[in-house]
Amino acid sequence: MRPVSALLAAGTFGAGLLALASTAAAQTKEIVIGMQCDRTGATQTVGVNLCPGYHDYIKLVNSKGGVEGFKINAIEIDHEYKVPPSVEAYERQKKDGAVLISLYGTPHTQALTQKLTEDKIPGTSPGFGTAAAANGQKYPYIFPIAATYWSQMTAAVKFAKDNLGGNLKGKKIAYLFYDNPAGKEPMPLLEDLQKSEGFQLRTFAVPPPGVEMGAQVLDIAQRYRADFVISHLFGRSPSVSIKELKRVGFPLSKVVGFVWAAAEADIDAAGGWSVAEGYNAIQFAGVGSDYPVLKEIVEMYKKEGKAAPKEMASTVYYNRGVLQAAIHLEAIRNAVKAKGGAKPTGEDVKKGFEQIKNFTLGGLVPPMEITAKDHEGGGWVQIFQAKGGKWVKRTDWFRAYPEILQKHLQG
Amino acid sequence: MFHREAGIYKTSYAADMALYPLPVARWAVAGFAVLFLGVLPLAVHEYYLTIVNLISIAIVGALGLNILVGYTGQISIGHAAFMSVGAYTAANLAVRLDLPFWITLPAGGLMAAAIGTLVGIPSLRIKGLYLAIATLAAQLIIEWTINHVEWISGGVQASIEVPRPELFGYVIKSQTQLYFFLMFFVVLAIIATQNLIRSRIGRAFIAIRDQDIAAEIIGINIFRYKLYAFAISSFYAGVTGVLYTYFLGIANYEQFQIVVSIDYLAMIIIGGLGSILGSIFGAIFVTLLPIVLRLVMEDFGSLIFSEADLRNIIPNLRLIVFGALIIFFLIVEPEGLNRLWRNIRSYFRVWPFSY
Repeated sequence: MRPVSALLAAGTFGAGLLALASTAAAQTKEIVIGMQCDRTGATQTVGVNLCPGYHDYIKLVNSKGGVEGFKINAIEIDHEYKVPPSVEAYERQKKDGAVLISLYGTPHTQALTQKLTEDKIPGTSPGFGTAAAANGQKYPYIFPIAATYWSQMTAAVKFAKDNLGGNLKGKKIAYLFYDNPAGKEPMPLLEDLQKSEGFQLRTFAVPPPGVEMGAQVLDIAQRYRADFVISHLFGRSPSVSIKELKRVGFPLSKVVGFVWAAAEADIDAAGGWSVAEGYNAIQFAGVGSDYPVLKEIVEMYKKEGKAAPKEMASTVYYNRGVLQAAIHLEAIRNAVKAKGGAKPTGEDVKKGFEQIKNFTLGGLVPPMEITAKDHEGGGWVQIFQAKGGKWVKRTDWFRAYPEILQKHLQG
Repeated sequence: MFHREAGIYKTSYAADMALYPLPVARWAVAGFAVLFLGVLPLAVHEYYLTIVNLISIAIVGALGLNILVGYTGQISIGHAAFMSVGAYTAANLAVRLDLPFWITLPAGGLMAAAIGTLVGIPSLRIKGLYLAIATLAAQLIIEWTINHVEWISGGVQASIEVPRPELFGYVIKSQTQLYFFLMFFVVLAIIATQNLIRSRIGRAFIAIRDQDIAAEIIGINIFRYKLYAFAISSFYAGVTGVLYTYFLGIANYEQFQIVVSIDYLAMIIIGGLGSILGSIFGAIFVTLLPIVLRLVMEDFGSLIFSEADLRNIIPNLRLIVFGALIIFFLIVEPEGLNRLWRNIRSYFRVWPFSY
């Protein structure tokens, strides 16, 4: 390195330090949550609606006096769905005293799993991350807190079974999936279920970026002639799948999508509700605006003299943000109570999570029960159908094939 | 100004070949060593070391890519894939055979070098954009292979958890410990590159870049040296992948996608092609700037916008400003930050005189 190059590098770095040093320090009667979000990256359609939901719930709780007297401060950092910024964000949130990290994204969850365990800070991965993390003994500091891809798969097969007259023997099931690790994760369960239920199975991979699947869909509808389609797609691809299946005349009521192929935005992108009529989707949070907590949020904004945020219209993702925040705060509440009103540490919040029970927030949250063994809380889902311009509830909270899930969780 | 070049007489070959011939340079290097190995880790919070760690990893990768693109004039947009080759090689060796990092790290590098050499073969016949596409193909093939061959990827999740590196029973896991771990390899990579470029091989690379037919006429075996360039560059990439794997504690295929290749190309283009200092500047610029931008906006943004708006504005504005700054710096100095730096330096060299 040349002599004065030193100075420039040091100068650049020094400027960085100055900017960093000026960030606010945490107050005493305040609990910090590290919130990671993606509003600008590959999954921005999720983030722009989910994150405001998260913050609105926290704002609501803070406006009512906080959690057991503590104000909640959720520091949001956008990581553009890239891993290095997410690691950097984590360290920053840790520095600011976060006792809980709201992770976002499967690779990010995996990259931070080891750090979280070493630092004894719990992290949540609702609807993504590693399904095996539902086993709290193997992954003590990772909490899926919502149905993993494994649970979603068992639920999808159960739904197919109920839909095809209660017996799957000899029926043809097609699995249309995004060709990445997340897309392949539930495959071992599907193969197990195939053996126990006796259906035929063919898998159809959609290569990234997943906007071209004409061949796969044609194959499903006209060559394989599937009785039921389970689709596990992300980003732009769910809307493409709906459009293509509709085009080849496959009945959309015989299709069920996983949780990231389940939003209003996907329906809009597919060409609107009339195109998607009949399409089914798995949800791990309540859908729609008919929940007391959402009305409270609207009230809160009204009191401030503002209209309800426009993100609320996208109920699927907004409600997931609310669910995420609500479970986080419930865990913190348990932790504060267990400490007799003192400020909890990451370890306390972990234990707080493991006491969550009978917390349904008026139906928006499933009847989950998180224990030291089960960090998923049971893996409850609901299935909604696109009908007449909105999502209509088709089943109540349910879960299926616990024995097969157990086998994989222990394995 | 502070640069005294008069009175330096070289009386031996050793003095002539010294890496830092000027005393001021030697003092600067010593000062740097004190700053980075003593002062910095003691003076700042661990969080800032995390940023340095990310930059360190980027520097090793950028140096490697610069050897290929900047010094030899070949192009590769498959470097992230070579990193993943290194990462998965090391992860498999560490998990299956329980090998320590000082074996897995060079092994990862060598495996990446082998694959890189293979990918480099088309460079003998094609150049420029055509070669770019050939390396793009390598990126896609390697990505696909890791995603689908479970023997390599360790299961459907395509991620392998790696134990923390250990040295004589001492486990390296906190960011401060990782800082020293990574710093060692950064220093090694910088010194190795400096020496490589001054060697016969390095000069052959430069000759090939400047005019490959002329290089062949003066007796450089183009076939061999182009493959050397690919091998050495991929070795660096492989090591970067291994370092990244140990840094995170996991090898994951989604962390080495094509965007990462582009990021590294951006680093060396912004920093300066064909310069070591440029690679370092580029790595710092691309890694640090988004972080600094966000922190600045967090501090000053609340003066103008409401909190909820701010959350939406910061990430988007950051991307815009980041892009604008790249364009700005490239217009000011198309040859990169390194050239900008040299201009500043040569101005001050004779300051306060004009010539």
